Order: sequence, then structure tokens, then C-alpha cells
Amino acid sequence: MISLNPFSEISAFIPSLVMQTYVIAMFVLVIGATLFDVVHKKSAKYFFNNSVKAKKSATRNVGSGEKASIAFKTATNEFLTSSEFCSTKRRLAHLLTMYGFIIFVVATVVMIFSYSTPNAMTPSIWPLAWHLGAAMLCVGGYWFWFFIRVDVAAEGNKWYRVIRADLFVLSLLAMSTFALIWSYMQSNGIDIWQTLFFGLFIGASTVLFGGVLWSKFAHMFYKPAAAYQKRVTKADGSRENLPEPADMPEKFGLGIKREAPRHY
Amino acid sequence: MPTFVYMTRCDGCGHCVDICPSDIMHIDKTIRRAVNIEPNFCWECYSCVKACPQNAIDVRGYADFAPMGHSVRVLREEEKGTISWKIKFRDGREKNFVSPITTQPWGEKIPKLADLEVPDQAALDSQLLCFEPDALNVETGLPVINKDKLKEGVYY
Repeated sequence: MISLNPFSEISAFIPSLVMQTYVIAMFVLVIGATLFDVVHKKSAKYFFNNSVKAKKSATRNVGSGEKASIAFKTATNEFLTSSEFCSTKRRLAHLLTMYGFIIFVVATVVMIFSYSTPNAMTPSIWPLAWHLGAAMLCVGGYWFWFFIRVDVAAEGNKWYRVIRADLFVLSLLAMSTFALIWSYMQSNGIDIWQTLFFGLFIGASTVLFGGVLWSKFAHMFYKPAAAYQKRVTKADGSRENLPEPADMPEKFGLGIKREAPRHY
Repeated sequence: MPTFVYMTRCDGCGHCVDICPSDIMHIDKTIRRAVNIEPNFCWECYSCVKACPQNAIDVRGYADFAPMGHSVRVLREEEKGTISWKIKFRDGREKNFVSPITTQPWGEKIPKLADLEVPDQAALDSQLLCFEPDALNVETGLPVINKDKLKEGVYY
């Protein structure tokens, strides 16, 4: 199952061009909805105004070299290793879902654009990456959904309480789960079920990439920008008006922050 | 003036909800970020401001010491045992303070807790605070006021 390219198998029924058009449409939907969201919610304006305010209270100038170094640090810490998470569990779950999603999407794009004909010889690395990505998404996503999510971990709500804010994570989970089930059905030749799960996989993917306006999909783009801005404010001394760290040794342990909040 | 939450910084961790003595910091059911549900019941104790790991909570200070255009922000560093304050007035002046956190290791700091027995779980779960009920002086009755020292009438 994990060495088979599911898109090559299904290309007997769905032409390669249709699959490629679908991927391009999803890409356009994500970019278009994110840009519309930026204009509609005025988030870019908010960040711009914030940076102007921060500049006014800056105590030193940050040069372009230093800004490049800050951008590099933001990429290696906040983006690549999700260092902004205080909880190790949340960080791990986020890393699993983030890298799972990236691997899954890259493998999907490569397989659809390069190896989606019935006779294509797909290098085994791509189907493997596709299945691994989906599995990582499932592990990180279900861990988050059942145990780490604020509603469950801190608010004491049941895992099945669903609201609109769950659109992103649920469609992500549905996409990866149905992808794995579809691949399993396909490799075992269970025709009716594989069609059903392929349909569900496409449905979940469409909701995920088409629902950017209503979900938190765009946090992938906002978060690194916000993290970069936060680092710049520390470097230029404005620090969002926060005091400088006290000039004292770290001789104590964590107090209230060592305990996970459980307020129910 | 009550607390408010910067939505772009809050990650919904819930530390403010745990610590709020008025129980008015809640996690919003829709957006899953902290929110002050009863601003008029907030007494600006700053507990949530200090507890927030993302520094996402702020308070509009009173006009007498921090009028419009001001900023009062606080940074709690538990490993250092410090609370730092930065008060910024609208004319650009700044005042910075650093205070120790009063939760110190058992028995080392005032009050002289080393002289007391380490409380058991029952004592910790009890409604009484340290030194209570003795420190409440309920046994000695109400305080006596010497009436000779009182003046008649209303004076300003």
C-alpha cells in the first residue's frame, strides 16, 4: 500500500489534467482567500500600524543585516521548530501536523504533476512520503483533537463538541484519514469503498483549501509574520512597551507556569 | 479600568482563567481565546496580566497616574523571582520598577515560615490562610477606641 502511487492507479478513470487542474484551483483558492482575508479583516493594516507605533518608541535602529538575521532566527525557531509553544506536547503535536501536512502536500503535487498516468513509474520515495505525511497528520491531529485542544484540556468540554473554529483541524484530519483509507481500499482492490473514500478525500480537501476564509488555515502565513514583528520589537528596544528583563540571576524554578491550566 | 486581551498574542492557554480571583477571565467559546466576560467586576489586580506567558493581557490604567496615551505593562519572570513594571506617560516619561515575587522557597524568606511546621495536605486544602485563625485576633474581641481622643463634628 505505502509503495503505490494512488494517483497513478486512479488515472485510468480520472485524467491527469483534471487532477492537475484541481490542484491549481486549490492553490488559487488558498492564495486568493488569504489575500481577501488580509484586506477584509484589515490584518495587514493592523500589523503595519503596530510596526509604526513600535518604531516611534524604538530606542535603537535595526539595520537590514540585523533584520535578515532576525528573519533567519524566526524561520529556524518559530517556523521550523514551533518554539513559540510553551507546552512541549502542543509543540510536538504541532510539529507532527505541520511537517505531515508539508510532506503530504509536496508528495501529492509531485505525484499528480509528474507521475499521474496509468503507466508512470513513480519513485518509491513519493508514495512513501505521501503515506508518511498523512500518518503524521493523523497522529499529531488526533492527539491535538482528543487531548490537547483548549476545549478539552483546559475547558473540560467533550471531544465531540464541534464549532466553526474546528473547521481547519477537522478538515485536515478528514483529508489525511480518508486519504489513508482510500489508499488501503485501492491497494486491496475494494472498488466500491475506494470510490466512496476517494470522494470523501476530495470533499475534505476541498473544504480545507476552499474554506480558508472561514477557518484558521491562514495562520500558516500570519504566524511567522507576527513572530518576526515580535522579534524586531525586542531588537529595537520598543518591546511592545514591556519592561526590560530584570538584571537578576535565574535562581528559582517555574512557579505558576509549571502547572498546566485546568480550570474546570 | 478592566483588563483586555490582545487577540493576536493570546494562544488560549488558560493561565489567566486559572488565576483570576474574580473568575471573569474565560476562554471564548467561539474563538478559543481569553476574554474578560465582566469588565465591570475587574478590580485590576493584574494577576492575569502577570500570569500570561504571551504577555497578551493589558490593563488601561487609571487616569490619575496613566492618562490617555499611557502604557502600564508588567513582566513576571519566575526563574528570576522578579516582577518588572514599565509605566510610560503620554509626555514620553518612563518609570521602571523591579520588585521581588513574594512566593519564595519554603522557609528562607519572611515571614519566618521556617519556624512553622510544614503544612499537611489537610491544612493546604483548608479555607484558613497561614497564621490564621491566630492572626485574625478573634479571641481578643473587637478593638477598643478611646473616645477621649475623638473630636466632635465634621471636620475636613
